[in-house]
Amino acid sequence: MNAVRRTVCAVLLALLPVLVTPRAALAVEPGEMLKDATLEGRARALSKELRCMVCQNQSIDDSEAPLAHDLRVLVRERLQAGDSDAEVVDFLVARYGEFVLLNPRLSWRTAVLWGLPPAVLLLGMVAVVILVGRRRTTPAAETPNLNPAEEARLLDLLRREN
Amino acid sequence: MIAELGHYALMLALGLALIQGSMPIFGTRSGDVVLASMASPIALAQFVFVALAFGALAVCYVTSDFSVMNVYENSNSGMPLLYRLTSIWGNHEGSMMLWVFILALFGALVAAFGGNLPLVLKANALGVQAWIAAAFQLFILTTSNPFLRLADAPFEGRDLNPILQDPGLAFHPPLLYLGYVGFSIAFSFAIAALIEGRIDAAWARWVRPWVLGAWMCLTLGIAGGSYWAYYELGWGGFWFWDPVENASLMPWLAGTALLHSAVVMEKRGALKVWTILLAILAFSLSLIGTFLVRSGVLTSVHAFAVDPRRGIFILAILAVFIGGALLLFAARAPLLKQGGLFAPISREGALVLNNLFLTSACATVFVGTLYPLALETLTGEKISVGPPFFNATFGPLLIPLLLAMPFGPLLGWKRGDLVAAAQRLLAAAMVAALAIAAGFALQHGGPVMAPFGIGLAIFIMTGALVDVAERTMILRLPIGTALRRAAGLPRSAWGTVLAHFGIGVTLFGIVSVTAWGSERIAALRSGESIDVAHYRLTFEGLFDRAGPNYRERVGRFVVRRTSGEWLGIIEPSRRSFPARNMATTEAALMTRRLSQLYLSLGDPNPDGTVPVRLYFKPQVLMIWIGALIMFAGGALSLSDRRLRVGAPRPAKKAAAALQAAE
Repeated sequence: MNAVRRTVCAVLLALLPVLVTPRAALAVEPGEMLKDATLEGRARALSKELRCMVCQNQSIDDSEAPLAHDLRVLVRERLQAGDSDAEVVDFLVARYGEFVLLNPRLSWRTAVLWGLPPAVLLLGMVAVVILVGRRRTTPAAETPNLNPAEEARLLDLLRREN
Repeated sequence: MIAELGHYALMLALGLALIQGSMPIFGTRSGDVVLASMASPIALAQFVFVALAFGALAVCYVTSDFSVMNVYENSNSGMPLLYRLTSIWGNHEGSMMLWVFILALFGALVAAFGGNLPLVLKANALGVQAWIAAAFQLFILTTSNPFLRLADAPFEGRDLNPILQDPGLAFHPPLLYLGYVGFSIAFSFAIAALIEGRIDAAWARWVRPWVLGAWMCLTLGIAGGSYWAYYELGWGGFWFWDPVENASLMPWLAGTALLHSAVVMEKRGALKVWTILLAILAFSLSLIGTFLVRSGVLTSVHAFAVDPRRGIFILAILAVFIGGALLLFAARAPLLKQGGLFAPISREGALVLNNLFLTSACATVFVGTLYPLALETLTGEKISVGPPFFNATFGPLLIPLLLAMPFGPLLGWKRGDLVAAAQRLLAAAMVAALAIAAGFALQHGGPVMAPFGIGLAIFIMTGALVDVAERTMILRLPIGTALRRAAGLPRSAWGTVLAHFGIGVTLFGIVSVTAWGSERIAALRSGESIDVAHYRLTFEGLFDRAGPNYRERVGRFVVRRTSGEWLGIIEPSRRSFPARNMATTEAALMTRRLSQLYLSLGDPNPDGTVPVRLYFKPQVLMIWIGALIMFAGGALSLSDRRLRVGAPRPAKKAAAALQAAE
């Protein structure tokens, strides 16, 4: 059923044909959930940041794929064994690579990804400040944009004035 | 026969588009008025032939002509008429036909209603429009022909994907395409202005109604898609930061920026070069969105290589149009003279700020969507960029924009008074502060930021009301005079107020449902109950039911207040469609004012219990109501006399200047 989600998203733009697995279940199943509400809360929060690797852009919290089920159970096992949130994430990254993280870690590979939004904003601000500053010191910019015919007519008018 | 006629009509349309793209532009360069004025009739003729081709495809679908491969693969004679019609664009080939149809429609509208446009501008703009049309018609004819026949016609079609068998398919794709393709008009006008090397405030006046119309359709299209995903997917999310969603959000952000910068250009003659660039970017992002979805790169970088013909073709279209437009821009932009001085604190300054943040937000979505693709193509490494990234980057960029939004309309043109604007907004700020206090008093253990989010939404809404109050002076003048002033306000001013108010409404809904929504997951036996918020749902059992082309297993639930008051029955189900061996989850929704109860079923467990997911979504409907209000604001503004398509020339001066230019 993970493809159901994928399809409706695809429809948002242009309706990709998809394959859908006929059998379906709920994402987080009642049987998976931990008795301890605090631990379960941490597990849910962690699940939302981990990718179901066989799905398209779905977290294991949302996905109904069997792999997502296994990962949810795994996360809960680690938490019950006393791992901290960071240790669980490290464990999964060691096993499956950075691909499992929906929130990519800051590194040289992701520097452009994380750096671009603030860079665009800063550069834009600098550009605006420079441009607005320059425009204020050059009042000549107020002159209207005349084509040669209008230019000639203006000269003609001025001459008549004199 | 019908399919062949449609195929032939499309080829003729391509021929006409090629003529429309060359002759009039040649005419404007060589000063040949006859050639230049050919643009309009050819644009109309091209539309007629594209409409014939589209109509032929529609006839094949409605009559269930399964000898046409495209119809066989995506339709079924058992479907109701609505779905037989909408399945035209429920597939790749048909959706490209819709794209081209809307493109030709817009070209024809410019030709028919652009009587007051200067000849040169109109001829060049229609010429550019024809290049786009020709590129996509060629794309359809060479790689995605919907009119191909099957040697042996099957008796029955393979059915439309069940998830698409929904009224949403009737509205959502056409609205999105109206938005995407609507930006092509701004693009064509921008290129025409660059070809001519001349632009003035009147340009913005002509282009703004098209941008506004496209923006309205895109707003409604995105909101409609969001609601569709919300009720169809079974877990009640309204936005997933999926690449396909991002592909529609990027043109919306750029288009919103364009809408605002065009105001500055129209009123004050400033930001000309920037507005031209935005017009190019908005349509380029629409093209990139089409590429992302149509080429298959989203499924995987490798899917692109498996069937590369379509992908390469669209990539070539992208390279030619975006690259060409930006090259032309780089060459010609220095020729466009800037005008209209303004102080940093002014209406213009506020709109520049708006553009700065919207563009940065757009760049964020762009890099987040394309970075994983780029990294994998270049280095083979796979990373994921999901909702946590966008929440961490897009959110902080939007907050200053939203905070500043109520100030903009209260600042004067050229030189504004920030202190005076802040004083006028004092009432709005106080209401917002009260809302924050109320939020903290009422919430039990919700997120700390939630009341501030609600406060911001209230600030935006009351800020919009302050704008009305200031313009009508309702608090200072007698009520009758104020009402007369309100009636005399230009509709575009009311449009701004409504659209900004709508943003506040949507934000309210998003904050409320994200922070205070509750969820219960349980496995129930018949007769057992489950509580969420102050509601109690009792499971009464499962039964089977047959639909026109599916079977479904329905769960029956009685909804009561926890106090015992009976509210109604809801029936979520799971449907299976034998034609494609597929299943869908049909969530059941119960609306309580602006909030909703949302229930979806899982497959029964071996022990006889049924897993259910139950949500309470407080004020969730405000998300989409806000979008409807934005749309209404756009419509009101569009009906303003000043912008009305075909309205007599409003400013003699501008008209005279252009006649001199011709």
